[in-house]
Order: sequence, then structure tokens, then C-alpha cells
Amino acid sequence: MIEAIGRRSISAIEELGRVGHFLMDMGRGVRDVSTWGRLLVVQMRRIGVDSLPVALFIAAFTGVVLALQASYTFTGAVPLYFVGTLVGKTMMLELGPVLTGLALAGRVGASMAAELGTMKVTEQVDALETLAYDPQSYLVVPRVLAATLMFPVIVAFSIAIGVVTGWLTSLALLDLSTPDFIKGLKLFYVFKDVWFGLLKSASFGFTISLVGCGVGLSTRGGAEGVGRATTRSVVFSAILILVLDAFWAVVLL
Amino acid sequence: MIEFQELHKAFGDKRVLQGMSLKVRDGETMVILGYSGTGKSVALKHIVGLLHPDAGDVIVDGQAVSTLDRDRLTQLRQGIGYVFQFAALFDSMSVTENLALGLRRRGLDDEEIEERISEALALVDLSGTGERLPAELSGGMRKRVGIARAIALRPRYILYDEPTTGLDPVTSAVIDQLMIRTREHLGVTGVVVTHDMRSAYSVGDRIAMLYEGRIRQVGTVAEIQETQDPVVRQFIEGRAE
Repeated sequence: MIEAIGRRSISAIEELGRVGHFLMDMGRGVRDVSTWGRLLVVQMRRIGVDSLPVALFIAAFTGVVLALQASYTFTGAVPLYFVGTLVGKTMMLELGPVLTGLALAGRVGASMAAELGTMKVTEQVDALETLAYDPQSYLVVPRVLAATLMFPVIVAFSIAIGVVTGWLTSLALLDLSTPDFIKGLKLFYVFKDVWFGLLKSASFGFTISLVGCGVGLSTRGGAEGVGRATTRSVVFSAILILVLDAFWAVVLL
Repeated sequence: MIEFQELHKAFGDKRVLQGMSLKVRDGETMVILGYSGTGKSVALKHIVGLLHPDAGDVIVDGQAVSTLDRDRLTQLRQGIGYVFQFAALFDSMSVTENLALGLRRRGLDDEEIEERISEALALVDLSGTGERLPAELSGGMRKRVGIARAIALRPRYILYDEPTTGLDPVTSAVIDQLMIRTREHLGVTGVVVTHDMRSAYSVGDRIAMLYEGRIRQVGTVAEIQETQDPVVRQFIEGRAE
């Protein structure tokens, strides 16, 4: 048993070392602006614009459910305009960033792991190196930067859509007027609610893309390896999103 | 000149190269023969620094590859073309974009890039395929695009990793002719890793046999054909025992 614990500990330390090495390599890659600069916009479109429909779909239904569940919980005991408060706060602080993050861990992170994993096992990454490109500058940096920049944008749209669908649900199904919904929305609003959610989402974007690229570039073993890398990327990203979510809550709230 | 100096490389418990030494002279085409899994491709990857040796080194133009920093390694790679076993074309890019990528890295202007791509595709008899994606090409065509990508760079050295593996005899002969034409046209030094004897005799100036991690014998095509070494003899004759 002690031997097993020792083996696991060594393996964990080695993994940490690999992550540190990967981050250092990425830091080196950031300096090569001429390589990643022209690829950044392409990645921003792929990660940002193309992910928007999924994120908005999730946010729209989240807003509806939040309004209905708030009303169900408040009945008789709490004034109904608090529905606006709950929808706004929850979308900004928690569900907007976290649900979008989890959804994009599947869409963006898995896609990066699969794409880079396939490139790795078919020697395209080696080919890139022989053409004198640094894979970090060409593949990793534009993806990580684009995800870090675009996740807050996607989450901002998600929050807006969630609040709007919460408001429409309140109007249509809860007999709550627009002024009352807005009154609730503004009641405990502070600007920190917005930047907290957006900062958190930027950290999710950074983490998901880093995990997707790192796992993808360490892929071995053909199609099966690519499948494993994709699954690992989604699982690691989802775990790290929840850990980061708790971390930001402890540090900033 | 490329020189392997007592190169050692292991993957876990598997010792692949165990003191491989070999000199490749400027202007010649050196063929490295060997059984599958003996480390021929591993040796090739050390030339461009894709792998780091456990001991020993590869010396290219007087520079020990494993000691080069990132910038100098990039400079070295700009003088070497690498043709991968399965071509390793970027599958999301057209043939033209595949060829342009390396040229753009060298800072060439659009006009020169276009000119070099046309020339390289003509040399491999693939003019007119520039807009096609790798998935739309046959195995032989993909290999030829891989060669075109390497020669468009006008390198000093070209490294071929199993260029005829998996191809039918006629397409293999076409690839052999292409390698000969490339050497005549560009005057490059070539290193060809293969276990295809017909191809080795056809393209090689000299042949080296890699066996159990070391060079067992090196010589001209005639010398290898007349060898009395039982291991080399068995390999070139393709005998089971």
C-alpha cells in the first residue's frame, strides 16, 4: 500500500512538472507574436462566434427555470419582485459563467484536444516543427488567448439572455410587472457582480483551452488515444471549472 | 555534412539506438536500412531535433543538434526538408497552403511563394492540384505533395522517412525517380530511411544497415550487394532464416 501511495505521489509530481514545463513553453511561445498574431482572429471566431448559439440556448432556458423556481420558492413569504433579484444575481455570479463554462468545456475543450491530438498522432505537429514553427506559438498560444478573451464575451451575452428570458417568463407566467422585475433586479446589484462573473469566465476560458491543448499535444496511440484525450480533456476541464468556481468565491466574495 | 556520433536513445526499458555512428557526406544520398522497429526513424528525428538523445549527438554542419537553443535549432531546421512516412500533410489546408506554410516562415513574399509552389508541384508532376485537400489525394499523391513541400524550401538536406512504404510497385518507382530527380535538380544531400531494397539500390549512393541499435555495415550499393556479412546478406535477400 505504501508503495502504491509512493508511486501515485511520484506520478502526481511528474504530472505537475509536465504542466509547469508546458506553461513555460507557452510563455516562450507568446513572444513569437508574428506567428500567433494572424491566427488569433481565426481562433476568436471559432471559439467565440461559433460557440454563441450553444451558450445562448443554455442561458435562455436557465433564465426561464430560475424565474419559475424563484417564484415557487417565494410564494407567500417573500415579495415576488425578488424574482428579478434572484435571476440577475444568479445569472451574473454563478450560472452564467459556470453553465457556459461546462458547456464549452465539452464544445471547445474537446474540440481542441481532438484536433491537436489528431495532429500529434499523424505527425503534423512534428511536421510543423520541421518547417521551423514552434507548436506552442502556432497551436497553443492563439487558442488559449482567444478562449481567455472570448469566454467573457460569450458569458456576457449569456447573462443578458438569461435575464431577458427570466423577465419574459415573469411577465408571461408569474403576473410580475416589468417595473417590479427591474426593481428586484436593481435591488442588491453592485458592479462587482458583473466583473466577478466575467473574470471567472476568463479564468475558465484560459483553463479549458490550456487543458484541451495540453492533453491534445500529449496524445499517444492513434484513434483510441485521440478518444481518450478528448474524454480526459472534458473531465479535467469540468473538475477544474468547479474548483476555480469555489476558489474565486473564497477569494473575491 | 551530417554525422551521427555514438547516438544512444531508449524509450523506457527499450533501448533503440545503442551507439549509432555514421557520416553522411555532402551531396550524397545515404540510405539507412534496417528491420522494422530498429530505430531508423528515431535516428532521422534526431537530425532535426525532434528527439533528444540520451547520449551521443548528431552533428549537422559542425553543430551538435542537441545543444542548440530554440533560435539556432529553428535556423538549422530552415535548411532541412523532412518527408514523413505518411506525408503528415496539414489536413485542414489545401495542397498550396501546405507548401506555402514553410515558405511564409522563411519570410518570402507572395510572388516568390507562388513561384516556388508552382515549381515544386511541377517537379512532382502534380501541377493543377493546388486547391485540393489532402483527403482528396491518393496515398502516392500525398507522398509526392510531402516531397514537394520539402523541396519548395530549397533545403541543403532532405530526410525521407520510409518514402515508398505502403505504395504499389509502380508508384514506388515513381517516388524513387522523384528522389533522384530532386537530387539532380537541387543538388541536395539526402538521407533515406527504408526497408525497401529495390528503392535503396535505386536511390542510394551509399547504404548503411542499422542492426541492434548500431550500424552493422556501410558501403556503396555494389559493396552491400556483395557483402558476406550474414545479417546484412539475410536482410537484402529477404530470407526468413
